[in-house]
Amino acid sequence: MSLTDREFWTLVHGMGFGALFLLGFAGGLEGLYSLRPQFLQPAGVRDRARRLQIGVVTMAVAAWGTVLTGTWIVYPWYREDIPESPRSVLLADPATEEWHHFGMEWKEHVAWISPILATTVAFIVLYYGTSLIRHDRVRKTTIVLFVLAFVFAAVAGLFGALITKAAPLV
Amino acid sequence: MASNVNAGATAPEHAEYVDKPEGPVAAAILAAGVGALALGILTTLAEASEGFKEFLTITEPVGPLSGKTIGAVIIWLVAWAVLHLMYRTKEVESRKALTVTLVLIGLGVLGTFPIFFQAFAPPE
Repeated sequence: MSLTDREFWTLVHGMGFGALFLLGFAGGLEGLYSLRPQFLQPAGVRDRARRLQIGVVTMAVAAWGTVLTGTWIVYPWYREDIPESPRSVLLADPATEEWHHFGMEWKEHVAWISPILATTVAFIVLYYGTSLIRHDRVRKTTIVLFVLAFVFAAVAGLFGALITKAAPLV
Repeated sequence: MASNVNAGATAPEHAEYVDKPEGPVAAAILAAGVGALALGILTTLAEASEGFKEFLTITEPVGPLSGKTIGAVIIWLVAWAVLHLMYRTKEVESRKALTVTLVLIGLGVLGTFPIFFQAFAPPE
């Protein structure tokens, strides 16, 4: 059992950084949703805010790790101008060419909005710290941005998984 | 402007609260929208113009995606810095910034949507 370099980096991109971001979303959303005075005692606020800060910063780093490894390491292999590259394989068959023309073309672009939004969320949570509990409007705004960051990452992740199934990078 | 602070809430007594202006938050939110819009515009322009696509090809292995993403990130960071300087001490409602940003993100997503940007490709 072994992995090629390309398989290893595809795993780092999708199952490492990408999965970390997507799986962390539920915890981050719960943290933001429940950061309300009626739910928490003072000690709980500090603890919750601290965990939320660590969580959203980790997610922002994971989002950047996902797009940077995807764009600068995996994508060049995907689009290599050789018959064996996933792009060439998909385009060679009319039944699969839309995986490239629509799926990959959208994924490679829209994914980059996710780390921008995740960084914005991390900034807001770090900026207010424990005080975020008193800023209900900002907290709700942050939730909207956090959900959008997840949606764009999920779109990219879904297409990534389906494209890899149709034309694996080996 | 409506206060952002949840005055009716029972503030936990021992947690440290520091009132900070909402301006930097609004600046960060607006900058994210600008970044998303920049990505959409660069993607569509690259499709519409072969010369611009070549200009965006900073590294050959990554192709024009290298310039689109580096360009969008630079525009996002510059917009964030400028907006932060403008709003850092101001009470700007983040909800209004969110509304503007949602429109900008919507336009940015449209610009990255293949069916949209491929419509601008020159006829073969």
